[in-house]
Amino acid sequence: MDFYGVELSSRLLLGTARYPSPKILEAAIRASRAEIVTVSLRREGGEQRAGQAFWSFIRELGVRILPNTAGCHSVKEAVSTAHMARELFGTTWIKLEVIGEADTLQPDVFGLVEAARILAEDGFDIFPYTTEDLVVAERLLEAGCRVLMPWGAPIGSARGLNNLFGLRAMRAHFPDVPLVIDAGLGLPSHAAAAMELGYDAVLLNTAVAEAGDPVRMAEAFALAVEAGRMAHAASPMEPRDMAAPSTPVVGKAQLT
Amino acid sequence: MRILLNGTEHRLEANRLDQALEALGYKGAIVATAVNGRFVPTAQRATTPLADGDHLEVLAPMQGG
Repeated sequence: MDFYGVELSSRLLLGTARYPSPKILEAAIRASRAEIVTVSLRREGGEQRAGQAFWSFIRELGVRILPNTAGCHSVKEAVSTAHMARELFGTTWIKLEVIGEADTLQPDVFGLVEAARILAEDGFDIFPYTTEDLVVAERLLEAGCRVLMPWGAPIGSARGLNNLFGLRAMRAHFPDVPLVIDAGLGLPSHAAAAMELGYDAVLLNTAVAEAGDPVRMAEAFALAVEAGRMAHAASPMEPRDMAAPSTPVVGKAQLT
Repeated sequence: MRILLNGTEHRLEANRLDQALEALGYKGAIVATAVNGRFVPTAQRATTPLADGDHLEVLAPMQGG
């Protein structure tokens, strides 16, 4: 799998928020086998150094950083945050979020395309948090995105894949674009389903962080992603409406 | 001079962004800055003037999804 020229073997991207402790976060990242973790930016007071401590901790893990623009509701906010993230984290990668609706945290796809265009022209490698809308996806590619991240369901909802038909159509429509399901996954089976559809990777956070045992859940997701990917590569059989006996009927005894 | 630092008003003597950061306790901190919503790179802090009432945002790394 290739994101902006970077070859990766893990198809699971993990968020770093909401874990019970840094120790559990570290163990969960290891158990998930993620090579990319998402991080964010927040206000820091002059005498606080919480952000510094977190940054040292993350750097020591040796994973690749994908900063986000979470919580941004306008193009200006998202673009400024992306610039601040690039300087702070030393990466051109940005998970671009422009939120349009507070209850569902649905992307503002109009603002997203505009912000993507501005940032792509400025040399950013954009991972846009988007919907499964094919027209928006086309616009994002035109704007310079080379990876797309449609939502599975609203962020933190644990609902899984809300629109299987739409996500399947998106995969079919963009066979060569790296596609990542971002947000809404709650169970390893959701991740497996995304991979069985042919998605390249999944990005999740809350499903692991808020599990009773985040480390075990991280490993469960890693196995599910691997199983789903393997199943996709193995060309699953087509479903049918009627039963078809798996045991051959030829040679069956007549005992009536 | 009044500066709104991360949404809270502070009074300080500073003409430039680098001076304000030092006065506010950020010396040596790994932070990114924006003045009135616009990103100011580290290299430009010493040449960025501040005016009374400016909004200064100082951000640091944190956990995210």
